[in-house]
Amino acid sequence: MKIVACVKRVPTTEVQPTIAADGKSVDANGLQYMLSFYDEIAVEQAVQVKEKLGGGEVTVLTVGPKDSSKELRECLAKGADKGVILIDENWTSRDCLSTAKALAAQVTAEGAELVLAGRVATDRDNAAVGPMLATLLGWACVTDVIELSIEAGKGVAKRESDAGVEEYEFALPAVITCQKGLAEPRYAGLKGIMAAKKKPLEEIAIDPAANQASVVSLAEPPARPAGRIIGEGTDAVAALIDALRNEAKVI
Amino acid sequence: MAEYRHLDYMLLDEKFSEEELMVRDAVRTWTSERFIPLIMDHFEAGTFPTELTPELAELGVFGPTIPEEYGGAGLNSVSYGLICQELERGDSGLRSFVSVQGSLVMYPIYAFGSEEQKREWLPQLASGKAIGCFGLTEPDAGSNPGGMLTNAKRDGGDWILNGRKMWITNGTISDVAIVWAQTEDGIRGFCIPTNLPGFSAPEQKHKWSLRASITSELVLEDVRVPDSMRMPETTSLRNPLMCLTQARYGIAWGAIGAANSVFDEVLGYTKERIVFDKPLAGYQIPQAKLAEMATQITMGQMLALQLGRLKDEGKMTPAMVNMAKRNNVHVALNIARTGRDMLGANGISLEYQTGRHMCNLESVYTYEGTHDIHTLAIGNELTGIPAFR
Ligand SMILES: Cc1cc2nc3c(=O)[nH]c(=O)nc-3n(C[C@H](O)[C@H](O)[C@H](O)COP(=O)(O)OP(=O)(O)OC[C@H]3O[C@@H](n4cnc5c(N)ncnc54)[C@H](O)[C@@H]3O)c2cc1C
Repeated sequence: MKIVACVKRVPTTEVQPTIAADGKSVDANGLQYMLSFYDEIAVEQAVQVKEKLGGGEVTVLTVGPKDSSKELRECLAKGADKGVILIDENWTSRDCLSTAKALAAQVTAEGAELVLAGRVATDRDNAAVGPMLATLLGWACVTDVIELSIEAGKGVAKRESDAGVEEYEFALPAVITCQKGLAEPRYAGLKGIMAAKKKPLEEIAIDPAANQASVVSLAEPPARPAGRIIGEGTDAVAALIDALRNEAKVI
Repeated sequence: MAEYRHLDYMLLDEKFSEEELMVRDAVRTWTSERFIPLIMDHFEAGTFPTELTPELAELGVFGPTIPEEYGGAGLNSVSYGLICQELERGDSGLRSFVSVQGSLVMYPIYAFGSEEQKREWLPQLASGKAIGCFGLTEPDAGSNPGGMLTNAKRDGGDWILNGRKMWITNGTISDVAIVWAQTEDGIRGFCIPTNLPGFSAPEQKHKWSLRASITSELVLEDVRVPDSMRMPETTSLRNPLMCLTQARYGIAWGAIGAANSVFDEVLGYTKERIVFDKPLAGYQIPQAKLAEMATQITMGQMLALQLGRLKDEGKMTPAMVNMAKRNNVHVALNIARTGRDMLGANGISLEYQTGRHMCNLESVYTYEGTHDIHTLAIGNELTGIPAFR
């Protein structure tokens, strides 16, 4: 079975991001990148599905700059077989639909039967690309999956919702978005890193569709107001309860 | 604990290949997630977390530069340096464990051993199924290993080994020992299983440095070994010294990891610690110390990187390693001592990394050639006049 894991590089949390001079993007200066948290789960799950089926091919696919090779090589070191970068130097401002269209074209070209993606990318927090991709492909889609089993032609997925745990059956091909707990990403071992060097990493030039939604301005979140000490010791309990009930309205 | 950030003042990260950075980051992540949470208790108890051995093997840090056919990963020397740097960012005891296994046990077997010895031991050592130790130092022969008393005498086709080794890392927990001994024809190395009759390895206790590392005596009383356990390509003291060159190379990188751990902790602490209404980092004396630390770390990084590139090009000489080990351990120790002070009382608490690094680096300053011995080795290189004898 051909499996595609869709991944995105996001800034690491090491550097506090600042707004660029244009007022609508993040200043890329000094930013370091890593794979988005949920995408790591998608890659791990893809590799586990392949291992369980005893064969197949896992392709990691991203829309991004050439530099994404570092993050993709990491996926190859952790067991994926092939990497594909759909080169888009304007990747940071690309909207969800345009991204999903580019991914859909490549997923079709790969002849994949199963697509795994993170439930959300930790930079933009849209949680939209996975479902859009499924819609464009006309495939089954289960989001926020915490348990997955795949057999020939079909699968079972569990997802957590406000109502409890839902269990779905679906026919392949399908797009699954991965929630925390689905799989525990493995460490890249040094032998895996060496093996990754020999695995194919393709760069494909694309002509992305125009954005339908674009960022017009970016503002930092308002500074948190200073804290207030209500009192000390047990004497302060009554005042604290009063403040929580009537000011903060949390109890 | 805050996420670890290494200092990269001169953008040296640009000088590493993608693969080298991946190796570094893999070991860094493992150290942060799996090792750092355990180290305080192990240090306090005076134990090494042997439960992590299978994970270290899985990660691939045992003899990573050994070719794949013998169980290694076939990495270059810069990658090996980065591995040491990241492990020693965790603890010098962890780096010591890995240095001994790779540079002092797997390397001599690979470089001087018979094909049979390589096939028997290298895959087991790479996979962590066997642990090794390196016995050179003796009670009366440290800086002058040529003065060793341990000896091997021919007895028919066998050898009979007698003697005592001291300060041997991993000794008590080893399955195989590389033992250096005098013979009629000069110094030879033996690769022996530690369960032979007459061999014992009592642990040396009560250390206040490198506590999360096992240190042992090796006692050899009429240990009979077949000639097949002699490493055939060993001919003189040059051989153990070649092993030490490998290990010292790793230490030159490792010390920078320890220094960076201290710097990261102290920088974060002084920025947050408020004294007399402003952060400690806002005063000139702490800033002078931070500036000095950052400069020394950066120079140490450049020294290690150039040394690594030369090693990969086959141009590294032992005299270059003398300089890098001497300098980098020295600056790391000074940084740890200064950092310890800057943390105030917290500096003596094992809840912080700095005090532990400071204690550890005292051992690193002494082992693998003391600071002064490296000074004299550089002096010898420059003048051609040996001053150490
Ligand atoms: C924790 C730990 C782990 C170790 N692990 C190992 C191991 O796994 N295997 C192993 O074989 N060894 C190991 N060692 C031993 C280590 O390599 C020796 O301790 C080191 O070589 C110094 O020898 P020494 O202790 O006999 O000191 P000495 O040689 O007695 O030196 C004492 C002092 O005299 C100075 N000095 C010595 N000679 C001269 C000279 N000619 N001129 C001027 N100054 C001189 C030294 O610089 C030092 O300051 C370990 C040591 C420690 C502390």
